[in-house]
Amino acid sequence: MDKLPPWADAVLVPLISLLLAAALSALVILGIGENPVEAFRLMVEGALLRSAGWGYTLYYATNFIFTGLAVAVAFHARLFNIGGEGQAMIGGLGVAVICLYLPWPHWTLALVAASASAAVFGAAWAFIPAYLQARRGSHIVITTIMFNFIAAALLNYLLVNVMKPPGQQDPATAVFPASTHLPTFQDMFATEAMPLFRGSPGNVTFFLAIAACVLVWLLIWRTRLGYEIRALGHSESAARYAGISPVRTIVVAMLISGGLAGLMGVNTAMGEAERLTMNATEGAGFIGIAVALMGRNHPMGVFLAAILFGFLYQGGAELALWTNIPRELIVVIQALVILFTGALDNMVRAPLARLFAARRRAT
Amino acid sequence: MTDTAPAIELKGISKAFGPVQANKDISIRVMPGTIHGIIGENGAGKSTLMSILYGFYAADAGEIWVKGQRTEIPDSQAAIRAGIGMVFQHFKLVQNFTVLENVILGAEDGGLLKPSLAKARGVLKQLAEEYELSVDPDTQVQHLSVGHQQRVEILKALYRQADILILDEPTGVLTPAEADHLFRILDNLRAEGKTIILITHKLREIMEITDTVSVMRRGEMTATVKTAETSPEELAELMVGRKVLLRVDKTPARPKAALLEIENLRHVDGQGVERLRGISLEVRAGEILGLAGVAGNGQSELLEVLGGYAEATGTVRVNGREVPLSGAGCDGMARRAAGIGHVPEDRQREGLIMAYTAWENTVFGYHRDPGIQSGALMNNAKIRAEAAKKMERFDVRPPDPALAARNFSGGNQQKIVLAREIERNPDVLLIGQPTRGVDIGAIEFIHQQIVALRDAGKAILLVSVELDEIFALSDRIAVMFDGRVMGTRDAAEADQRELGLLMAGITEDPGGDAFEAVEAAVEKKERREARHG
Repeated sequence: MDKLPPWADAVLVPLISLLLAAALSALVILGIGENPVEAFRLMVEGALLRSAGWGYTLYYATNFIFTGLAVAVAFHARLFNIGGEGQAMIGGLGVAVICLYLPWPHWTLALVAASASAAVFGAAWAFIPAYLQARRGSHIVITTIMFNFIAAALLNYLLVNVMKPPGQQDPATAVFPASTHLPTFQDMFATEAMPLFRGSPGNVTFFLAIAACVLVWLLIWRTRLGYEIRALGHSESAARYAGISPVRTIVVAMLISGGLAGLMGVNTAMGEAERLTMNATEGAGFIGIAVALMGRNHPMGVFLAAILFGFLYQGGAELALWTNIPRELIVVIQALVILFTGALDNMVRAPLARLFAARRRAT
Repeated sequence: MTDTAPAIELKGISKAFGPVQANKDISIRVMPGTIHGIIGENGAGKSTLMSILYGFYAADAGEIWVKGQRTEIPDSQAAIRAGIGMVFQHFKLVQNFTVLENVILGAEDGGLLKPSLAKARGVLKQLAEEYELSVDPDTQVQHLSVGHQQRVEILKALYRQADILILDEPTGVLTPAEADHLFRILDNLRAEGKTIILITHKLREIMEITDTVSVMRRGEMTATVKTAETSPEELAELMVGRKVLLRVDKTPARPKAALLEIENLRHVDGQGVERLRGISLEVRAGEILGLAGVAGNGQSELLEVLGGYAEATGTVRVNGREVPLSGAGCDGMARRAAGIGHVPEDRQREGLIMAYTAWENTVFGYHRDPGIQSGALMNNAKIRAEAAKKMERFDVRPPDPALAARNFSGGNQQKIVLAREIERNPDVLLIGQPTRGVDIGAIEFIHQQIVALRDAGKAILLVSVELDEIFALSDRIAVMFDGRVMGTRDAAEADQRELGLLMAGITEDPGGDAFEAVEAAVEKKERREARHG
């Protein structure tokens, strides 16, 4: 097939996909008798035009950056890690253990320890599917998705039977001690004169996510390990010839992937809820797949796609709040974006490629 | 001949793929009852032209005339109706069907198979007698030798009443004796009035069997000449566009101590089949040992074992030091550290990461060398700069290190692999199919590099299914058959016939007709495999 110029591949294809998704969403909204223009305005205003809206958008985006990077790293080794959800849950457990059972003098130290713990817990959860894939050939898609259910069950058991304080009704841990609370955007940027980010959950973890983007970029394109991960992803037979161990590389790539997904727990448990709750992940592990797809498995792309999905989440919540558009329909809109940017990518790409080829011939 | 209509006439055929003009205004007349060769380098447009004729692609412009009539060939069904049959380079046979079932597949007479099978059995018997095309109709294709599988392909075409046969690189996978037999079959077909189009890059075959030859270069038909009135040198020049040295210039070898010693090497593959059955060889400094044999007799496995990515038992010493053949320390990187360079048989599946840029590929397998690190990161700037120099020295075109490997032609891809392996100055170089899919111009260069490495005192183990290449390069020749080394000869004293028999596993020259001896050996092997399979 004819190849697209890089800028068209990176910008034009997702943009057109997005416009198609928006157009179809507008039709759906029109179909239930609401005004799509008004709905779009509400979304933009609620998610992007107020600082508190940004606080929410970036909070969601932080989750999606971690899970998107997790999917992207694994995908460079041609491993489809759809276990981000479970790895993030277990990562949250790692955060809770650190925050609840160890005394911390200052949040910075707690953040370092909790991040390390979240990554280790997430990686450990990814290790078993990784090992089964590498050694036994059990398909990673099957095992990681099953591990999502196991993670949910395990978390449920621990929260209900072990970690829940006596007398509490909902399945959650006690609130973390105040010394582990992370500064929110409000704490960091709001002044008396400018009350920015009021009440929004966006917090310092966002910067951790940006750092993770940079580190993943360095890992994939500048280190030997990244070189080997990509080589294995492109051609296992060539990797063998070169002396790159497929088993070791698969396991290492999945550990990194699981660790990144686990880091999401820092944002949800430590940054927002300040305790570990049952449903903290809210499907972000799956959104990560769409984010990685749309971001072409590149950290920069993942970052931008995560912001977009953060906007959709927050904008959707605003819609549900201010209009008669039911919550389910907002899920439909989000699904349309995923469908067009992720699954139907070739629908846009192939005609576009032909168009470019025709133009090249003409000149 | 002027009053008979050509069997095939193409008028002004053009075809472009994106910006690439694969066929430019091609006209050709193939007369009935002749063998017409089409020769050209890889990417010259031969396959595209034949695909247009067989209905796989539609031409952008031009006309196809079959037996004097303008014919539209939108798909292969139409080609078959027009009497055109095609024997592909990679056979399209159902492995676990019998010969008979394969022949009728897609040409059944009705819903019930029995009458079709009975009819096919009769036709096959008749064809076998007429053209020396005998194959046991009840054997499953997977138990047949490659040569016999090819016959099934020809039978399929004839069963569909093709009188124009296109053969695409038919001898690539055959032993010399099998190739000779194929030519006898083609001879018989010609005698019966069939028309044959033979696509090949081997000058020797063109000279041996064709009546007329057309030369293609860069999508254009550069010449059509009577075979009797041309020479290999002239054809090579027409193909490449400049004078080409067909023979390798080299002085006699002056071998020294053995650098690669192999003793009693055994390897069992994933299916439990013993692929190497006690190989013992040695390759000395300053010599090229050529390993001849038909593909699939253990040469690939030997390269994999020596390259460190297949396990084995036995002993391998490099420069006097034994290397582990299994477990820890048995991988490609350890082997490179021990002094073995390896140009693998399949550069696209093994030697290169096709999606990687040329510069990334120039360190593939050596990427853990401390010399190209800066701290925790790879020193990409340094790798890129060195890649540019290597590509210049090995005449890689275009000399652009940032281009992905898949965007280079086969020959230039091979030069990238060679540059990588030779520049590391290995004691021993393993090199598999150095010129497979490589154009003539690049072959000359690659052969020179191999000889230069030999003259620098390195030991070279060359594996090739092209007997001509083995003869041109080797100082000694070992023949492999069925996982064993059948014999080793000095290249100067080796003779084609004897090597051909060894390649079929025959150590005692039975005298008389070599075809029959080879045929008997092949059939014996097929029977054995059918029993065990």
